[in-house]
Amino acid sequence: MLGLLSAFVEELRQVGVPVSMVESIDAMNAVQHIDLADRTSLKETLRATLVKNARHEGAFDTAFEVFFAARRPHLETTDPAEPESAGRSDEAGRQGSGGGMDLDELIEALYEAMRNQDFSALRSAAQQAVDDLAGIEPGRPVGGTYYLYRTLRQLDIDALTDRLIEAMLQQEGELDELTRRLVTEEAGLRIERLREEIKEEIRRRLVEDRGHEAVARTLRQPLVEEVDLMHATRTDLRNLEQVIEPLTRKLAARLAQRRRLASRGRLDFRKTMRSSLATGGVPIDPKFRHVRPHRPELFLLCDISGSMATFARFTLQFTYAMGTQFSKQRAFVFVDAVDEVTDHLKPGIDFKDALVRITTEADVVWLDGHSDYGHALEQFSVKYGREITPRSTVIIAGDARNNYRDARERYLAEIAENCQALYWLNPEPKAYWDSGDSVMSRYARFCDEVFEVRNLRQLETFVERVATQPRRATRRRRYSSTTRESLPMTR
Amino acid sequence: MDSVLSSPQGVADALRSVDYLADDRIAQVAFLAHTLGKPILVEGPAGVGKTELAKSLAKVTGRRLIRLQCYEGLDESRALYEWNYKKQLLRIQADQDHDWTEIEGDIFSEDFLLARPLLEAIRSTEPVVLLIDEIDRVEMETEALLLEVLSDFQVSIPELGTVSATTRPMVLLTSNNTRELSEALKRRCLFLHIAYPSPEREAEILRARVPGLADHLAQEIARVARSIRQMDLKKAPSVSETIDWAMTLLALGIDHIDREVIGDTMHVLLKYQNDIERAMKELSD
Repeated sequence: MLGLLSAFVEELRQVGVPVSMVESIDAMNAVQHIDLADRTSLKETLRATLVKNARHEGAFDTAFEVFFAARRPHLETTDPAEPESAGRSDEAGRQGSGGGMDLDELIEALYEAMRNQDFSALRSAAQQAVDDLAGIEPGRPVGGTYYLYRTLRQLDIDALTDRLIEAMLQQEGELDELTRRLVTEEAGLRIERLREEIKEEIRRRLVEDRGHEAVARTLRQPLVEEVDLMHATRTDLRNLEQVIEPLTRKLAARLAQRRRLASRGRLDFRKTMRSSLATGGVPIDPKFRHVRPHRPELFLLCDISGSMATFARFTLQFTYAMGTQFSKQRAFVFVDAVDEVTDHLKPGIDFKDALVRITTEADVVWLDGHSDYGHALEQFSVKYGREITPRSTVIIAGDARNNYRDARERYLAEIAENCQALYWLNPEPKAYWDSGDSVMSRYARFCDEVFEVRNLRQLETFVERVATQPRRATRRRRYSSTTRESLPMTR
Repeated sequence: MDSVLSSPQGVADALRSVDYLADDRIAQVAFLAHTLGKPILVEGPAGVGKTELAKSLAKVTGRRLIRLQCYEGLDESRALYEWNYKKQLLRIQADQDHDWTEIEGDIFSEDFLLARPLLEAIRSTEPVVLLIDEIDRVEMETEALLLEVLSDFQVSIPELGTVSATTRPMVLLTSNNTRELSEALKRRCLFLHIAYPSPEREAEILRARVPGLADHLAQEIARVARSIRQMDLKKAPSVSETIDWAMTLLALGIDHIDREVIGDTMHVLLKYQNDIERAMKELSD
């Protein structure tokens, strides 16, 4: 047990869940007090002692399934060594557990189990399904997604869902739209349950085949904060949407707090003297002036061409969620032409609707709908350049892939000259900058800094940085040596 | 009375008897907290019964509940202890002829100490339940105050020495997760994330909390609540809000939920106009 536990802790650390020494000792202490045969009890015990962040629970669940999956009570039927005893004939009488069913019978069994919410029947039918349909090939180093897909396809899961909904609607009696909606959702959950059962069963087989450490390795997934924004899958996007709101809330709270702490300014001599009258002229309690916090004005320019869309979307959403941190925000989007979308993003709007409107209404295509940074910058500089003041912070989000067109850096230089700070966010890994049609370094020399922002964590760090940047008293030096050194000048 | 905490099942049963319906996870963690003598850090959306859990645990164990409500700017003198300096002044003035060292020893004694919740919980001769509510509201630095209490169950007072707990208090901290808590604090606690309950459990909660609510109505309410929580809302309805909703429906004498009923009473469940509009739109699709 001790060895298994430490391997489990090691796996958690591998996927990025921070588990300290003390916590793993706690876990080992805790398991001595519980009934180890009770899997739920073990799971909750380990969870309470090892995982201290709700965001990491998904990673924990996966690791737990892999490490503690091997011994399950329903295995009797697949074990050939077991004698044909009374246990077997009992089993055969039960719905969906005996072997030798053909596909139609199997589907029927699954359907009945879901309709009656008989979860133990569902489990054994799911095992049967994996036996018959998954076609697991021993030794292949895979995570099992394909086996899951193959099993579900042969079960014809869509038809099954429709049948289930139909049957559940019939049980309901009177039908209004609300009931219909609720029933559809309920059916969806039961199908989801089936999917989970099958997935778990496949994982269990994989673990039996290759051992838990090997399987865990193939299943490793980055935590949601570290998912690459440019290559996020649909599931990733859903998860990202869920964390972005709490993340911004936390960041806003942190910034507000820091501001309050930093708001104590120079000694206020008059106030101190006045209050010293109460203590007989001795200035016991010095008073300080309040510093009015500096809230930058934000100009956000996002490339929304095909490959950049996801990234632009999260950048917009993240900065807008931080609205209170900036005195004014204006948003612009471009592909090869620029359009202002500030009005689409008024406070209180629904962000999803706004995004749809932006993509359909904004006038961002000039020639052919391929990114043209040069033209977009020129247009921006001409149309809105005058509105940029030394209070403005300009942020450009894009990969600087210019499709081999004219970069026209002079317009960026103009913008840089007038604003307080100019930042560039690039969602590509640093190593790819300046490769192919990327002209990052030609723009970089005018930026105060260029950030690699590939995931939410980097985006968060960046926004925190901008919201707390100190106000510059004097004009800044352009083309300072540090800026140039931060990027290799290749052209 | 602590005997009810000797097994997870025992915890669940005891909590049920005071109308708190704990799931496996809650029961298991409460049991562990008692067995290992560690604090529980309870996290989750507002209104899922985090504070209620502490109250219920106090009820089933027959312990006194000491509550420290956290807020921004909470400091030592409000959380731990404070010297009652007015009383100290009076004492000094009362006998001026005495020797100073004698007086000094006297005024820094327990008689002049004002115990705040943390010290009170440590000093109590009877075992207590200590609830530190909304810990995420205090600053990072203040959090450090708690570390000594949470890991060693003791408080150091420079003038008096260290006060150790004679009985081990059961400690629960709640957090609405508005900021990340420090690693040091998390390390000392068991972590319990309470999510929205499943519809079955929620229906049960409703039946326990709203007397006179019909079974089928409780189920319908729970299913509608689950459906609404899946929407993309600014603030999803909490369990306490579904309880309010159930009470409203009961008071209005409604026996079956349809769209009209939801439309009329939605404001009990959702508190933002945007959310109400969105939910109505989605429900009528």
